[in-house]
Amino acid sequence: MAKIQLDQLAHSYLPNPSSESDFALKSMDYMWDDGGAYALLGPSGCGKTTLLNIISGLLVPSRGRIQFDDVDVTDRTPEQRNIAQVFQFPVIYDTMTVSQNLAFPLANRGVDESEIKRRVADMLETLELSSKADQRARGLTADEKQKISLGRGLVRYDVNAILFDEPLTVIDPHMKWQLRTKLKELHQRLGHTMIYVTHDQTEALTFADKVVVMYEGEVVQIGTPEELFERPSHTFVGYFIGSPGMNILPCEVEGSAAFVDGLRIPLGFNYEPPANATLELGVRPEFVRFARQDENGVPVTMDSVDDVGRHRIAKVRLAGHALNIILEEGHEIPTSNIGIVCDPIRSGVYANKHRLEGSAVNLEGTF
Amino acid sequence: MLELVGVSKRVGKELHINDVSVHFGPGSLNVLLGPTLAGKTSLMRLMAGLDRPTAGDILVDGKSVLGVPVRQRNIAMVYQQFINYPGFTVYDNIASPMRLSGVDKKNLDLRVREAAELLRLTEFLDRTPLQLSGGQQQRTAIARALVKRAELVLLDEPLGNLDYKLREELRVELPKIFAQTGAVLVYATTEPHEALLLGGHTATLSEGRVTQFGSTIEVYNRPASLITAQTFADPPFNTVLLTKSGSNLRFGDVSLNVADKATSLNDGQYTGAIRPHHLSLSASDKHNIPIQAEVGTSEITGSETYVHVKTGGQRWVVLTHGVHRVTPGEQITLYLDPLSIFLFDSNESLVHAPESNAKG
Amino acid sequence: MVAKTVNQKAWFLVLPVLLVVAFNAIIPLMTVVNYSVQDTFSPGVFFFEGTKWYQEVLASPRFHGALGRQLLYTAIILIIEIPLGVAVALAMPRTGPWVSVCLVLMALPLLIPWNVVGAMWNIFALPDIGLLGFGLNWLGFDYNYTQQPLAAWFTVILMDVWHWTSLVVLLAYAGLSSIPDAYYQAAKIDGASRFAVFRYIQLPKMKRVLIIALLLRFMDSFMIYTEPFVLTGGGPGNSTTFLSIDLVKAAIGEFNLGIAASMSILYFLMTLLVCWVFYTLMMRGEEDT
Repeated sequence: MAKIQLDQLAHSYLPNPSSESDFALKSMDYMWDDGGAYALLGPSGCGKTTLLNIISGLLVPSRGRIQFDDVDVTDRTPEQRNIAQVFQFPVIYDTMTVSQNLAFPLANRGVDESEIKRRVADMLETLELSSKADQRARGLTADEKQKISLGRGLVRYDVNAILFDEPLTVIDPHMKWQLRTKLKELHQRLGHTMIYVTHDQTEALTFADKVVVMYEGEVVQIGTPEELFERPSHTFVGYFIGSPGMNILPCEVEGSAAFVDGLRIPLGFNYEPPANATLELGVRPEFVRFARQDENGVPVTMDSVDDVGRHRIAKVRLAGHALNIILEEGHEIPTSNIGIVCDPIRSGVYANKHRLEGSAVNLEGTF
Repeated sequence: MLELVGVSKRVGKELHINDVSVHFGPGSLNVLLGPTLAGKTSLMRLMAGLDRPTAGDILVDGKSVLGVPVRQRNIAMVYQQFINYPGFTVYDNIASPMRLSGVDKKNLDLRVREAAELLRLTEFLDRTPLQLSGGQQQRTAIARALVKRAELVLLDEPLGNLDYKLREELRVELPKIFAQTGAVLVYATTEPHEALLLGGHTATLSEGRVTQFGSTIEVYNRPASLITAQTFADPPFNTVLLTKSGSNLRFGDVSLNVADKATSLNDGQYTGAIRPHHLSLSASDKHNIPIQAEVGTSEITGSETYVHVKTGGQRWVVLTHGVHRVTPGEQITLYLDPLSIFLFDSNESLVHAPESNAKG
Repeated sequence: MVAKTVNQKAWFLVLPVLLVVAFNAIIPLMTVVNYSVQDTFSPGVFFFEGTKWYQEVLASPRFHGALGRQLLYTAIILIIEIPLGVAVALAMPRTGPWVSVCLVLMALPLLIPWNVVGAMWNIFALPDIGLLGFGLNWLGFDYNYTQQPLAAWFTVILMDVWHWTSLVVLLAYAGLSSIPDAYYQAAKIDGASRFAVFRYIQLPKMKRVLIIALLLRFMDSFMIYTEPFVLTGGGPGNSTTFLSIDLVKAAIGEFNLGIAASMSILYFLMTLLVCWVFYTLMMRGEEDT
């Protein structure tokens, strides 16, 4: 187990990168705690897999250093770094049995026979695969194979970190649940540093203590799931996390109110936006509710309502801009004078896509 | 209109499709929902005419199409893999089925541009598929299926290889796009959430059998059997064995009153099933039933918390609003709204569904 | 994907192929069967002999000799070419500009007509003017393939290895290229040695193509004719007279049609049998993938 430090790290797949855009990974400086569960989240091509491969040692960065527990490992191979990795498609050794698969990394490192036996039996138990110990690994289901891939990392008690590269891609939804909770459980029990790459927000948010959101080769925000949800620091984070994503509306801001095409939306903080910046109001569908216009609702027109089981999603238009609203079970839509209210505390203002910090509202000033 | 009557497909000793009868109306959107190997792709291959059923009949507009070769059927198919002609431009890719069927030049151009507009591909018409993102590649494949004006469009997990967020966007767009064509649409997916977003009708599949077919929200709200309920649940249903006597349901040391409609059921053993979001960590009204449980793990999504618990030897999931921090091993109290419970009899058939859900 | 329809007319499309196969294989084969059970002294006059020719062939030391040489030759060829081919395939670069250079180099010997290969080596190995033959003698080896059986064998085998190892290389290389990168990465992380990577990843993944390579090389080497015929003519003596060379001698040189025909049938059955045994043995346990 180790803490991981990225020092001025950058990577380009071109031999002589000249401009910023040649870099698949732009310069980053971060420190990740020992024993933390991190997720690298972003759309394809955002650089998350590049970063993962640099950490695992499959790729040498074009610039910068990487340290495990203050030891520079930039030029070390994956084996020397003592890490484990689980790939998108399960990697198993076809000709071996399940227990031979689990014993393989230990045998390669010259661990003695009785110790291997003990640890493999232990791991089979943990992964709930004991009944299949002597089966050929080839005939197993995708999720069982993926468990074996994971198990081969976990049997090495001393690994510095376990890396996951979209490990649940080929797993059915129901099995995803089981595997995900199993992972979480193992993390809590064994305390390895874990780094998990995915484009799926649910996987990232539920797995990680800290989520690293990446976009076009850059980290746009690192935070707890709560922070990412409540206070996305960039409109991309707002859009990418949550389904549907955050509503983003072009606006003007005056003090503690936003104006969308002249319609006033009260805010929880006072803002002094920089001049000439493009301003947007960001509010999540969860933090918008229906209210009649005569009860301070901002007028909207209804587009449609979709029942998605657990809740309904109402699509409305506010001055021509599309807006999603999540309606919990039991909440109803007014039949006439339809309007909406945004939770002022949870409505954010974005200048050139970055979140503005506001100061507490001076109540006397607003009225 | 497409109708399957008692269709079975046997390959060697294995029954891949088991006695399936469904009826898809003209212009309908139909979702095939089930896990991998449930028979979704096998069923689609039968519908397309790529395979021949070992029993039963397949009717289009009331006429059997079993003897009609695939080429003569008016069918379009979209796969999970992005299948386009790599050497053709997007324009030629979309135009290709029409060139084969000999549509005249003017008409062809019109229809390609129309489809491109609909799928937001207009600005990419001159590019080749390799210069496109995954989402654009799949949209090209869908546009090609669209211009064919097929009577039957089969989509086999078309969004499976796309990023989560792209999937979310296309999911919203696809039903709209296809609604305009009037074709019978069949859409296979493993994800309950996707079925709900698509709407239309859903057939749940399990081990080659259609366990239920009906309007999507109706199947979700009133699953006729436990297996359908579990197929159509993500996160999974929490289940518990209950004993009913009179107006009382009991499991372990918990007892609850039966909802009005269920009092007429015979006394005996039932399986209760509760959706994770119908359990909470705080009582919302006085009718809530407290249940003691031990915390396993918890997952926080930012807006919600999944708490995995053990209660009475069962593993349950609780999905609650907001962020709740609990420690593994901790004893907590769950609150169950007794009106939200589904009851299944010993044959695993639904005997009672929550009242509030029934209206859909 | 195979499209199955109920249109039975499709079978008519297969008819031309059936006719061609009939003319190419079945009719000549039946003619040979015909010859193998009859004797003739003049055109149109045949006597039924039953299994006489077969008994004669099976009892003849000449046939035993040719068969023994043939089996030894094929065994040596397989033992050298399969491992060598795999080794070369493993050593070839997997990416970069050198891939195509290597592939072209490998494909070259396969593009040369068989009789040309024989003629080339015939000259190449001549002890007085051939580079190989002269070189070996210059180095102090007493080498003359037209005089010494051992030298003749050495030359024939060297020629075959040069000519056909490429085929094994190309097949093995194709098998190797189909292994996803993740396997190698996982093996690195598991701390697997180079040999373990070969044993547990590359070999299992190459199994299918290697079976094909083995079958092809077995059949080709078992039926080899042109190259040794051009190179040594079966000599010196009959030291490189393999089955097919012997067969041609019997049929054309000696006009022993009955003997030659029954030899052909036996030869054919042997090849078929060995191929079948190979295939079933090696495909066993493959069904569950």
